[in-house]
Amino acid sequence: MAIPKRITKEIGRLVSEPVPGIEAKSHEENIRYFDVTITGPVQSPFEGGAFKLELFLPDEYPMAPPKVRFLTKIYHPNIDKLGRICLDILKDKWSPALQIRTVLLSIQALLSAPNPDDPLANDVAQNWKEDEQGAIAKGTLAPWSASREWTQLYASN
Amino acid sequence: MSEDEYDSFGEDGEDFMDASDYELSDGNDDTSDMDDDIFAEDMRKPREAYEVDYRVLDVAAIRAMQDSESSQVEGILGIEKEHAATLLRHFRWNKDRLIERYMDAPEAVLQEAGVITDIHTAPRLEPAPAGFCCAICYDDEPDMSSLALRCGHRFCKECYSEYMTSKIQKDGESRRIQCAATDCKVIVDEHTVSLLVTKPVYDKYRTLLTRTYVDDNARLRWCPAPGCEYAVECPVPQAALKSVVPTVHCNCGNSFCHGCGSEDHMPCICALVRLWLRKCADDSETSNWIHVNTKECTRCNSTIEKNGGCNHMTCRKCQHEFCWVCLGPWSEHGTNWYSCNRFDEASSKDARDTQAKSRQQLERYLHYYNRYANHDQSAHLDKELHNKTEKKMEEMQQTSDLSWIEVQFLRAAVDNLVQCRMTLKWTYAFAYYLARDNQTEMFENNQRDLEMAVEQLSEMLEQPINANNIKELKQNVLDKSTYVAKRREVLLNDTARGLADDRWRYMVDV
Repeated sequence: MAIPKRITKEIGRLVSEPVPGIEAKSHEENIRYFDVTITGPVQSPFEGGAFKLELFLPDEYPMAPPKVRFLTKIYHPNIDKLGRICLDILKDKWSPALQIRTVLLSIQALLSAPNPDDPLANDVAQNWKEDEQGAIAKGTLAPWSASREWTQLYASN
Repeated sequence: MSEDEYDSFGEDGEDFMDASDYELSDGNDDTSDMDDDIFAEDMRKPREAYEVDYRVLDVAAIRAMQDSESSQVEGILGIEKEHAATLLRHFRWNKDRLIERYMDAPEAVLQEAGVITDIHTAPRLEPAPAGFCCAICYDDEPDMSSLALRCGHRFCKECYSEYMTSKIQKDGESRRIQCAATDCKVIVDEHTVSLLVTKPVYDKYRTLLTRTYVDDNARLRWCPAPGCEYAVECPVPQAALKSVVPTVHCNCGNSFCHGCGSEDHMPCICALVRLWLRKCADDSETSNWIHVNTKECTRCNSTIEKNGGCNHMTCRKCQHEFCWVCLGPWSEHGTNWYSCNRFDEASSKDARDTQAKSRQQLERYLHYYNRYANHDQSAHLDKELHNKTEKKMEEMQQTSDLSWIEVQFLRAAVDNLVQCRMTLKWTYAFAYYLARDNQTEMFENNQRDLEMAVEQLSEMLEQPINANNIKELKQNVLDKSTYVAKRREVLLNDTARGLADDRWRYMVDV
């Protein structure tokens, strides 16, 4: 099937103007399939981690959103243990004017600012909600420390 | 058949006539029927106490209603009709609230609803300006056809069309389709949609809009029959459902409750129907099993199943020892352990009395449930009876000199029977919740009369046909059928009046 001009152009731009902290490479045999690496944002419990994701552009793209999933285990209230992400622009807030680049930036932002009020992993969200204040202030308590621990366990080289 | 025969039934025959007329006209062109409903007659006026005003609307009529409401708002607020429609949809067709809010703060209302009213930037297809690059396909060829809503977000026509088509076809959206740009809340209006999509997609869009119109409008409800495309308008508000059961009859032949959308459940009110159905879903099978297989401990009332062993029971909860057979205390059984012949002893009699009392609740429920379920089942056998009747009618035409039109009375009687069974079924749900008082007694008398008549008619219709007595049979069936219909009317009228006067007392809060 012919690859729409838009996808070719997006890939070109991802290479020529890369986003800091984000790397996205499309497979040679299937140009719609991307290996993505997002660096954990500074001053977040994910700092120092390199998180692998997979991204797929369905046939309907850009009318339908890309499918994105974390491959690296991550302790985050909006990401479940299968790596599925709860993010509005990947669902009902999708607009065809969004791009791979903006989607990945949003995911990066989600790492900096978890949203425990709209959780996917309920236990993690509960944990975050219960002592987010304490956790962020001290930087030692769960869930902050759990996230950091997991980052070290699963996302460091 | 001659007119006289109908006439001989006098007034009661009239009803019967109506019923068969209806059946006969069913095969006719439906559209002519519809038009009459919408334009010639306004609301069907109720004749009996249990009937309500309503009218059946087809899609064209529903569109006309939307149109006239939009025009009205257009006139009052002085904005374009498309905008009026978008605003109305945003306010779920609550015209008064829209006008009130708009008068207070027009800007805020427009923004909230995603409307920009600027005549000069009305969306239209036009060649893209120089240097334009569509943010969806990244195409930047000069002179592409493009479109921007009043918010100014411009995309090429092809992408916009594809976007709209996907929203309409795949997501089933209609009134909430926003500009394709990220985070832009401006709504794509009807006219713009017509510029962008193909005819079939546009038709689907219109259908979806109509659907939301009916869903949003409390006076309207789609007929729940499969494949039926009529909606019914009925002015009975949700708040009045305690005092009226708004049963409506769609042009497709289906009768349903306009208040809750479920099957015709006269004379039982919606709230009790809900309670009853929930109770039946939870309870009936379990209750039956409990009824058959268990007894209660005579001291602590725990439910006990005897799954083996001797008659010497020891309650796990309170350690009470009793005899399973006579329910008397075990201590009085003396050495007579494994057989019980003490039925008449005073102590075991007492024990059985208490048991009986605690069972009463359950028995009461099962009493009503079994009758409810029985009528339900009988009504479901209606299809079978219909087929049988069909056959019987053929038989009658062959064995006697009656013509097709003259044997229609059988079918009408069956229809009548089914309708009465449905009513009877719901009288049991209703009666279950009624507190015991004189009103209830009268209700149950009416119920009994109807039930007796229904069973007699049912028996008559099941009988084999004998060539000699066809005339007599016809007479009997017609008489009984008329009588049954009358009984049903009496019962429904009495209940409806009771509801209107707030005469019924329930054992639960509704």
